[in-house]
Amino acid sequence: MPVFTDEELARIRADFPILSRTVRGGRPLVYLDSGATAQKPLAVLDAEREHYLTRNAAVHRGAHQLAEEATEAYEQARATVARFIGADPGEVVFTKNGTEAINLVSYAVSNAGAPGALDGTDPAVASRLRLGPGDEIVVTEMEHHANLVPWQELARRTGATLRWIGVDDEGFLEDPSTVVGERTRILAFTHVSNVLGTHVDVAPLVAAARAVGALTVLDACQSVPHLPVDVTALGVDFLAFTGHKVLGPSGVGVLWGRRELLEAMPPFITGGSMIEIVRMEGSTWAPPPQRFEAGVPMVAQTVGLAAACDYLTAIGMDRVAAHDREVTAYALERLAERPWAHPVGPRDPAHRVGSVAFTVDGVHPHDVGQVLDDHGVAVRTGHHCAWPLHRRLGVVATTRASFHVYTTREEIDVLVAALDRVPDLFGVSA
Amino acid sequence: MDLYAELIIEHSKRPRRAGLREPFDAEVHHVNPTCGDEVTLRVRLDGDTVADISYEALGCSISVAATSVLAEEVTGRPVAEALETYRAMHRMLTSRGTDPGDPEQLGDGVALAGVSRYPARVKCALLGWTAFTGALARAGVDISEPDPQTPDPQTTPRQA
Repeated sequence: MPVFTDEELARIRADFPILSRTVRGGRPLVYLDSGATAQKPLAVLDAEREHYLTRNAAVHRGAHQLAEEATEAYEQARATVARFIGADPGEVVFTKNGTEAINLVSYAVSNAGAPGALDGTDPAVASRLRLGPGDEIVVTEMEHHANLVPWQELARRTGATLRWIGVDDEGFLEDPSTVVGERTRILAFTHVSNVLGTHVDVAPLVAAARAVGALTVLDACQSVPHLPVDVTALGVDFLAFTGHKVLGPSGVGVLWGRRELLEAMPPFITGGSMIEIVRMEGSTWAPPPQRFEAGVPMVAQTVGLAAACDYLTAIGMDRVAAHDREVTAYALERLAERPWAHPVGPRDPAHRVGSVAFTVDGVHPHDVGQVLDDHGVAVRTGHHCAWPLHRRLGVVATTRASFHVYTTREEIDVLVAALDRVPDLFGVSA
Repeated sequence: MDLYAELIIEHSKRPRRAGLREPFDAEVHHVNPTCGDEVTLRVRLDGDTVADISYEALGCSISVAATSVLAEEVTGRPVAEALETYRAMHRMLTSRGTDPGDPEQLGDGVALAGVSRYPARVKCALLGWTAFTGALARAGVDISEPDPQTPDPQTTPRQA
């Protein structure tokens, strides 16, 4: 029995009008690029429009009713998003996207090295935020550039050393114990690989980091859209994700962090809204989360993101996850029938989330993607912002089909039917 | 589909004058950061003539075929003519389907005309050609436009 009945899936798809458009000369759109960005249900578009139509105002300032209502909508959105990931609203910071959320942590750590930045902070907490020569930052070889480059840069600024946990041939992380050790101060890793689809087992990594007092930063950009996520159960110190992959608008991301850490952290971006007292000689900071939300925030986007969380919650994240497993398993099964197609990542769909990336013998992914596009099938090709991972896999690039709550088995059928045209077109024997 | 003319598939499967050769006057390495495609390209000049173009191209059929066409069309030609051919190729590729290219000037290169309808692929087709002009510059050739009256194809407004 499929998780969604045909009727329910049809109802879900009707919530996403873009899915009924045609492309490339009248072909029905088969959107298999939700890992890059998801489509938005009407509920999200309506929530944003409603906000602009009825209560648009700058939040946390202004003496009028609209400002009051906008502020309430903004803080209500924070509460909804917090509930969606099992967090306390005071620990949820709105950012521009997932990349900015990770940079917020990396810059807060380098700013913590400035003279006096940690004055008055509990020494036990302060010591966790200090980083310098001899210290190590650990990432993994399967990271998206967004969870790699900020740590390379932090290492460069502070004199710390960057190390990484390798990836095995099937797309699982290698044993962290040879890399995570006494010198490790930060362990940043992904929850779900955007290329391999690997669902990373968080618990052993958190245990390894805790044993040495290292901070843990989880890139949850590819997990929050598809899985029930509970920050308390995960046990990490920070978790970052972006709104636009969770059916929400672009321009809004989320950083969740433990209260005692957020309270000790110096700001990343400074200016209006994030201050306590400003004098010409210097300023003091507002408490979190405002400390990390300088300037007028993206209120409509947060309202839209909250609507997206409500939309997914109404379906039920357990069922969203089960549907994703079903589609992933079906895609793997159909690809396995083709000896010239080679999926990367775990063979068992139980260890995968959200996508299937693959190579085709003798044909470059760009050419594969072009043929699929000609059949109305939208996929992503290239290194998917995970260049070192592709080097590890020994391939220049891959073709990735990625899914969401609206993806159907029929769409996978269209994908493989279009794919079957590829070997012949490029003179590669099928 | 019109993008993959037989000639392009043919060039991509059997790229002309491929491989890196000695001697050479300049070598460049260009990448397309969005997809990771790479080309290493060497140029040897003999006076004002492009005596040899040798290369190693790692990429999609469009980028390999375009580099193959480059080597075929430009080797043995005077540098000034080679640069004109580059500009003609650039004009065709960025024309959004309005410039079919002149077979007299571009040879098999006109088979790449379909690329101009796919903006995301123009970079693929230009990878080897841009590397070529980079190599010429590194070899000391002035690659700027000879006549200021001629608009730079890079800044020519695109026709809708």
